[in-house]
Amino acid sequence: MKFGVIQFPGSCDERDALHAASLVGDAVLLWHRSHDLQGVDAVIVPGGFSYGDYLRAGALARFSPLMEEVERFARVGGPVLGICNGFQVLCESGLLPGALLPNTSLRFVCRQVALDVVDATTKWTGACARGDRLSMPAKHQTGRYWAPDPVLDELEANDQVVLRYATGNGFNGSARDIAGVSNHAGNVVGLMPHPEHAVDPLTGSADGLRLFESAALIAAAYPADLLGK
Amino acid sequence: MRRHAELGLTDFEFERIVALMGREPNEVELAVFSLMWSEHCGYKHSRKLLRTLPTEGPRVVMGPGENAGAVDVGGGMACAFKVESHNHPSAVEPFQGAATGVGGILRDVFAVGARPIAILDSLRFGEPGASARSCYLLDRAVAGIGHYGNSIGVATVGGEIYFEPAYEQNCLVNAMCLGLIETEKLIRSAAAGVGNVVVLFGARTGRDGIGGASVLASAELGDQDASKRPTVQIGDPFEESRLLECSLELLDRGLLVALQDLGAAGLTSSSAEMAAKGGVGVDLDVARVPLREAGMEPFEIMISESQERMLCVVEPARVDAVIAVCGKWEVNATAIGKVTDTGRLRVLVGDEVAGDLPVTALVDECPAYDLEPAAPATPLYPAPIRTLADDGGPEATLLALLGSANLASRAPVFEQYDCLVGSRTARRPAQADAAVLMLDAANGRRPALAVSIDGNGRRVACDPYRGAVEAVLECSANLACVGAEPLGLTNCLNFGNPEKPHIAWQLTRAVAGLGDACRALGVPVVGGNVSLYNEGGEGPILPTPVVGMVGELPDAARAGGLGFAQPGDTVALIAARGWAPSLTGSELAKLHGAAPAGELPAADLGELHALHAAVRQAVRSGALRSAHDVAEGGLAVALAECCIAGGRGAEVALEAGSEAALFGEGPGAFVVSGDHAAMAAFGAAATAIGTVGGEALRIAGVLDVPLDELARVHADGLAHLMR
Repeated sequence: MKFGVIQFPGSCDERDALHAASLVGDAVLLWHRSHDLQGVDAVIVPGGFSYGDYLRAGALARFSPLMEEVERFARVGGPVLGICNGFQVLCESGLLPGALLPNTSLRFVCRQVALDVVDATTKWTGACARGDRLSMPAKHQTGRYWAPDPVLDELEANDQVVLRYATGNGFNGSARDIAGVSNHAGNVVGLMPHPEHAVDPLTGSADGLRLFESAALIAAAYPADLLGK
Repeated sequence: MRRHAELGLTDFEFERIVALMGREPNEVELAVFSLMWSEHCGYKHSRKLLRTLPTEGPRVVMGPGENAGAVDVGGGMACAFKVESHNHPSAVEPFQGAATGVGGILRDVFAVGARPIAILDSLRFGEPGASARSCYLLDRAVAGIGHYGNSIGVATVGGEIYFEPAYEQNCLVNAMCLGLIETEKLIRSAAAGVGNVVVLFGARTGRDGIGGASVLASAELGDQDASKRPTVQIGDPFEESRLLECSLELLDRGLLVALQDLGAAGLTSSSAEMAAKGGVGVDLDVARVPLREAGMEPFEIMISESQERMLCVVEPARVDAVIAVCGKWEVNATAIGKVTDTGRLRVLVGDEVAGDLPVTALVDECPAYDLEPAAPATPLYPAPIRTLADDGGPEATLLALLGSANLASRAPVFEQYDCLVGSRTARRPAQADAAVLMLDAANGRRPALAVSIDGNGRRVACDPYRGAVEAVLECSANLACVGAEPLGLTNCLNFGNPEKPHIAWQLTRAVAGLGDACRALGVPVVGGNVSLYNEGGEGPILPTPVVGMVGELPDAARAGGLGFAQPGDTVALIAARGWAPSLTGSELAKLHGAAPAGELPAADLGELHALHAAVRQAVRSGALRSAHDVAEGGLAVALAECCIAGGRGAEVALEAGSEAALFGEGPGAFVVSGDHAAMAAFGAAATAIGTVGGEALRIAGVLDVPLDELARVHADGLAHLMR
């Protein structure tokens, strides 16, 4: 199992994501200007402030050359996880529905939150069960998930809402307490909280490991050609 | 007014410059001298005092004089760290002032090759309840710190904030940064190798921050502060993020001879200091410097304080490789000069010489003045407005203290900071007395660093010597509570105008206290910063030496926490024999409207050194389930803080229930909890005073306050000022 973590200028959490992924498989950093996914089995678009959040969070990074390869990889079913700024990038690139707006408080907030697993059938939550509660930190200023109501209805009907903030844990004003969503096929998942910062009880929680383990399970269960290689 | 006086130089200094030059300096040369000989760059009024501080120790690998000091943290690694002020810019424009303060201290740390891992901040403002401006400064400075630190991906793990009327006109924004590096890869800033190329990389140079070091940082603020706004620099954390990664990659590939950041006084001080340290000369062609706007004068290019720039020395054969790495990170890089054997800093515009200065005159011949200290005959600081009546009883007093701006929960501030990026943070803000940052695993253990930043201006105002001693003791006590042993410290001396005898007295006594405390505890000073002239029309700030201390602990899994953790645990007071808390200089005295004056209790430094070691050992052994030092607000507030942090009440009985016993302050006491047997290790220093449990803090015969009320008042004290 080999994870690739994209590094954009302005990424912050890429080394943490690399470390987290390396706990369940091999992991390499992928430079955003390259066109080479280096044969990875899963792609992580990490958190941070790619391009300084200039223009709009995630709006510039989606035009990085490597994102063309990620879109191709995602279309053939390759597992892609967007965390925080990575979630914003995936929404901007159209791989995930909806958008992330500024928190209702208009402030950056860093807080440990409890999440409820709503859909355990995606490639990134297969090691969880529906109803599991995960503790991980969230830290962002632009994390209010938004989509038009008909789209939200459709997401819920299609089981594309993957994670919700547990009651009382949402601080950003997200529609329907949505913390993470998937694409229709369930191979692309984005979430605002940080599973890569929840892989060690000494730093607060190890619950985030379950997401990386989920991808590793998929990689073990499916032949490589299903991942578009 | 003559030109040199406009630039902040005295007639004496100007005459000295003429003598050193052998002629009158031209405009470019005078601008360069005015900055290099400013207080901010030249330490004219503090250099002699700073030389009295102990700077050596077995773990020091880089002492004062470099961009940051560094201590050995084991495993071939060093921790580089430094604290620096950005007070005057923050008073003028708090968001950018605080943001660029963070940017500047980050650059100091990665200029020695270290990857920054943590930021702490020490902030002072006027009374927020009485001043809308103080609320505005707090709100914007915090936002600026978060904007920069969060965006660049360095965890902000701790800090402190105090509000006092004396900071109304001069807020303080001190930022500290820690970084990690393989010790053998530490890089110094001395230029070397005649013929080597000087490369400027990073942001373009503009007119922002022109004269910041002399105009803002080395003179009192007056009524025309709004007109000084153009001298405040504008920060761009995205530029700095690329600059950081680029610098570390350049160093990792071994492409650089020397590296220096551009901070106060920009190209002028960075090039002069690199040349002075290397005993060489430097030629700079300012015509090659990439500019933000056309038509900048040579002197403007030399003194611009545009942010996010670095200067490096490169062997000619490696220049192309350096430019290529910079290109990868989308960072501008331009060869702008070369190292010479002339011992002169020459400012060129193409082939024309615009300035020609002897490097030693700029750096080594800067005058160092003797201070003329004199204790003030009358109190310097007026009494604050009384906010608490005498007759409310201990419950009302406890709640008033917990809800006061100085003691209330800092969550509304620290939640705006990313405290965990980097995956090292084992103790976050409010979990323990010091932040704990893990190093890489070794032998199945996670060794860690602990860091704390402290300084209580009100107590230093009462007694500059003892107050400064207490700042060092407080850091050491905080480290002990997480199980850490001090390795070194950095300090930032924030004072008023040192040319005034009573300020000179505060400064002299405080530095003496710092030195004595450091020697007694065996903690070397590895670097620091001085911020003087912090005063306006209404007088000076409280004398505020801020101490940032770094320590080590063998195993992060055993790091201490401050909250009561288990019902039934024994609560003990661990106190020095001479611990005699008093209301002088205390938070309660402030609420009662007492001026910051009076005698502070003396500290037996030898005994406290041993006491801190005993607490540290008990935490490291795992014998204690919580440890917290008794500080502002005294024993009753310390107990309440342990209850709030742990979400558990306690039943306590004390021998004395006087205000001084409950709320008095003075160094030398801890509240710990654990098995009753664990307290035996402290011998006579330990007194069992109660038991963890219940839904209230009960001090027999004194007070009984429900836990949720304690938590609510504590949570709201600062929060309601930040909405």
